[in-house]
Amino acid sequence: MYAQLVKSEGSKSREEMTPEELSFQDRIDRGEKVEPKEWMPEGYRKTLIRQIGQHAHSEIVGQLPEGNWITRAPTLERKAILLAKVQDEAGHGLYLYSAAETLGVSRDELMEKLHSGNMKYSSIFNYPTLTWADMGAVGWLVDGAAIMNQVPLQRTSYGPYSRAMIRICKEESFHQRQGYDIMMKMCAGTPEQKAMAQDALNRFWYPALMMFGPSDKDSIHSAQSMAWKIKMNTNDELRQKFVDQTVPQAKYLGLTVPDENLVWNEEKGGHDFSEPDWSEFFAVIAGNGPCNAERLGARVKAWDDGAWFREGLMAHADKAAARRIAAE
Amino acid sequence: MAGSVEANAVGAVDRAVCVEWLQRVGDNALILGHRVSEWCGHAPALEEDIALANQALDLIGQCQLWLGLAAEVEGKGRTADQIAYLRDAGAFRNLLLVERPNGDFGQTLIRQFLFDAFHIALLRALTESSDPRVAGIAAKAVKEVAYHLERSADLVVRLGDGTAESHDRMQKALDLLFPYTGEMFTDDATDRAMAEAGIAPLPSRLKPEWDRTVADVLEEATLTQPGQVWQHGVKGQGGKTGVHSEYLGFILAEMQFLQRAYPGATW
Repeated sequence: MYAQLVKSEGSKSREEMTPEELSFQDRIDRGEKVEPKEWMPEGYRKTLIRQIGQHAHSEIVGQLPEGNWITRAPTLERKAILLAKVQDEAGHGLYLYSAAETLGVSRDELMEKLHSGNMKYSSIFNYPTLTWADMGAVGWLVDGAAIMNQVPLQRTSYGPYSRAMIRICKEESFHQRQGYDIMMKMCAGTPEQKAMAQDALNRFWYPALMMFGPSDKDSIHSAQSMAWKIKMNTNDELRQKFVDQTVPQAKYLGLTVPDENLVWNEEKGGHDFSEPDWSEFFAVIAGNGPCNAERLGARVKAWDDGAWFREGLMAHADKAAARRIAAE
Repeated sequence: MAGSVEANAVGAVDRAVCVEWLQRVGDNALILGHRVSEWCGHAPALEEDIALANQALDLIGQCQLWLGLAAEVEGKGRTADQIAYLRDAGAFRNLLLVERPNGDFGQTLIRQFLFDAFHIALLRALTESSDPRVAGIAAKAVKEVAYHLERSADLVVRLGDGTAESHDRMQKALDLLFPYTGEMFTDDATDRAMAEAGIAPLPSRLKPEWDRTVADVLEEATLTQPGQVWQHGVKGQGGKTGVHSEYLGFILAEMQFLQRAYPGATW
């Protein structure tokens, strides 16, 4: 999931709700979409801004680990595909910032919060991409995990977010396929390539499981977000689904999932598997992951170095407007 | 495919000459595409990030076509990838301008604009090439490059005539990069052979159109054209003949790393 630990504004029972809040909740329960100009509880608006903002930040920070390999892509075709994919991520960021703007927050405000550390992005992008196989693993596992969460979000209650998700999901499924395609090539390749693929799976497996956020029993914000249909499934449900989908894919590749406890549980109709190390997750979220400083540093540098560019464009627009008025 | 070579105008010139020329066009696209792609995730605005990735994609796509044709004409069983990934710097034929580092965004834009203005003139002429394959690639690329030029010219104008700082940065970038434009319009034996066969225009014939485009845009941008300044690579010793700057070796070290480290692997 590209949004983790999103703080939700307090949950109310029906008895505690105002008539407006009650009718809002009834609309959501009926499956109606909420549109920008309509009344909504302040908590709903704030929670959505946090979630959509975090999702948008994840898309643009998420350009960096894959962007890292564009100049080193092994063939012209792989280079073009990777470029197109990373460009898609930037496009997703754009849709999502636009969706957030409909809730009354500007893109610049959200950027400022990212840069100052007041808003987060997905923990996964703080892990390094060390080999070309990581381009495969990121597409297969990271985009795969993102899709798990984003497919249900196409039905989320907030109209602009839902519509952004519909577009994003189409592209994400292409991303996942291209990642898996890289893995297939690597696994059918030389022993060195196959070893690279196994190493990538070893490094990305647990960080990918962390993308869904901590277990539901520790996830304090889930209930209200689910009532508002901002969150559609629990973290554990999605993680289980992801594991069950991914394990046979790994088997097909001839790769071993790095979990000795991984076993099919006939009774529950799913795999039993080891939890990721949540202390690592919280350390990464707190800024202590392997690449936090580089990722945020790169975004801040891009923004600061680009200040003169953005100011130049604004100044020109003002001059052009003044010239038009003078000519009238 | 070798049989079709004779049916095309390319058969009218020495194959090696034609391959040499195709690498010039293809390498410009490859190396500039590489440079532009370095911005991915680091551009000053999200819209720029998207636009630059688009441009890099166009250029890589064009490079695949040009180098693919070079491989076909050469007829030695090489692929576009092998040409791109397995030559050393001395065998590259791109202009010095396109291997210049990105610098600040102003330098990236000026480099792009100066090249786009040349590129569009070249491609327009190539759409009338006596070789249908060359004309076909040019017809596809010219649409993409028309947009590159529209975009780079627009931004040069806005930033030249923006704030004092943006003007200053654009002027400095122009002064820095203008000495690399002369190489675009030098004619050598390869160019003359290609022109005589009607496959490609003589580079020197593209200069009037380029001069007009550049002068118009710079005037609107309130920037001063450096005029008659020292030009790199015009005495037969430049990118077109394989004498590059120090930068190209580093570009290739990065670009070719996997192909060199794992020879023969399939990706």
